[in-house]
Amino acid sequence: MAFINLKDKLIQAKIVYYGPGKGGKTTNLEYIYNKCREQINSKMVTIKTEGDRTLFFDFFPFDIGKIEGYDVKIQLYTVPGQVKYNSTRRLVLKGVDGIVFVADSAEERRNANILSLKNLQENLTLYKKNIFDIPLIMQYNKRDITKEGIPILDLETMEKDLNDDLKVPSFEASALKGDNVIQTLKKIISATMASLEKELK
Amino acid sequence: MNLALGGEQLDKIYDTMKSSLIEIGVETAMLLDTAGNVITSVDDGSDRHDVYSLAALAAANFSAMRSMAKIAGEEEFSLLFHRGQKENIYLSAVSDDFLLFVIFNNEMPLGLLRLKVARVIGELLGVLITDSSP
Repeated sequence: MAFINLKDKLIQAKIVYYGPGKGGKTTNLEYIYNKCREQINSKMVTIKTEGDRTLFFDFFPFDIGKIEGYDVKIQLYTVPGQVKYNSTRRLVLKGVDGIVFVADSAEERRNANILSLKNLQENLTLYKKNIFDIPLIMQYNKRDITKEGIPILDLETMEKDLNDDLKVPSFEASALKGDNVIQTLKKIISATMASLEKELK
Repeated sequence: MNLALGGEQLDKIYDTMKSSLIEIGVETAMLLDTAGNVITSVDDGSDRHDVYSLAALAAANFSAMRSMAKIAGEEEFSLLFHRGQKENIYLSAVSDDFLLFVIFNNEMPLGLLRLKVARVIGELLGVLITDSSP
C-alpha cells in the first residue's frame, strides 16, 4: 500500500526483495546502499541471527527524486529466505508495491527457487494480491559462481522454471560484483511507479 | 489499495499530535501505517530520530506482536511499551491499518502519556475514518 502525501507531494512505496535463503537478497541491498549513499539518508537496518542470516528483514529508504512533481521515497526491504521464517516473511510483505525475486543460479538450488516462488504466490494471496498483477522483476543471481567451478543452471532452464507463466522482465546478475543490481532496481522502480500511476488514474 | 491524504487531513493529524503530545514533553510522535510508511511525524525540534527506520521497525514489531497474540489466543495486544534508562517507546494501534509511535524520556509520567495517547487516537480515528480514501 503506497502512501501519497498530497500536502508535501511525497509518495512512499514499498519494494521487497524475495527469494530462497542465501540467494543474495541482502547482498543486493548492501550493494545499492554502498553505491547510492547520496540518495539514502538513513543507516541500513538489518535484523539478523548470530550466524549472519537475515532473521526478519533488511531495510533502508531510497530517494529517487521527483516524478510528475512528487518526491518519491522507495522503502527497500528483504525478507528472510530460510523456509522456517515464513511467518516473518509474510509480515514484511504487508503493503508491498513491487517485488524483485532473487533466484540462485546454482544448479543445486533449482528446487529451492521453485519452492520460494510458490511460497511468494501463496503469501501474496493472504493479502489478496495476485502474483500476475503485482510489479515483479526476476533476477538470476550468482551467474559468476561458474568461474569457481560451481555448476549453474542455464538461463533457459531458469526462465522455464520460474518465468514461463509470469513472463516478467528478467536479469542475469551478480549481486556480489554489482552486475545488473542497479539495472534490476531501476526496472522494478519504473514498473512500480507505472502501476501506481495506473491505479491513481 | 493505496492511501492518499490531503493537506487538510495531514494538518489536522499534525496539529493533534503536536498539541496533545509534543507540548506535554513527548520528543517524537509519529503516525504510521502497518506497512511501515510514515504518515506524519512531529518532534520537539531536536530532529534526532530517523523516523523512516523507526517506522519500518515499529510496524514489523507490532505485526510480530499481533501474530504472537493470535498464537497465544488473544485477538491482539493493542500496545507495546519499552522502558529504557533514559528514553521510552510507546506504540499503540490506532486501527487495523494505523499505529501511533511515541518516544519520550523518564520525566514524562506514564499515566499522563497513556491518557493523552488514548485521546489522540480517538481524534486521529475521526480524521482517518472520514477522510482517508482507498
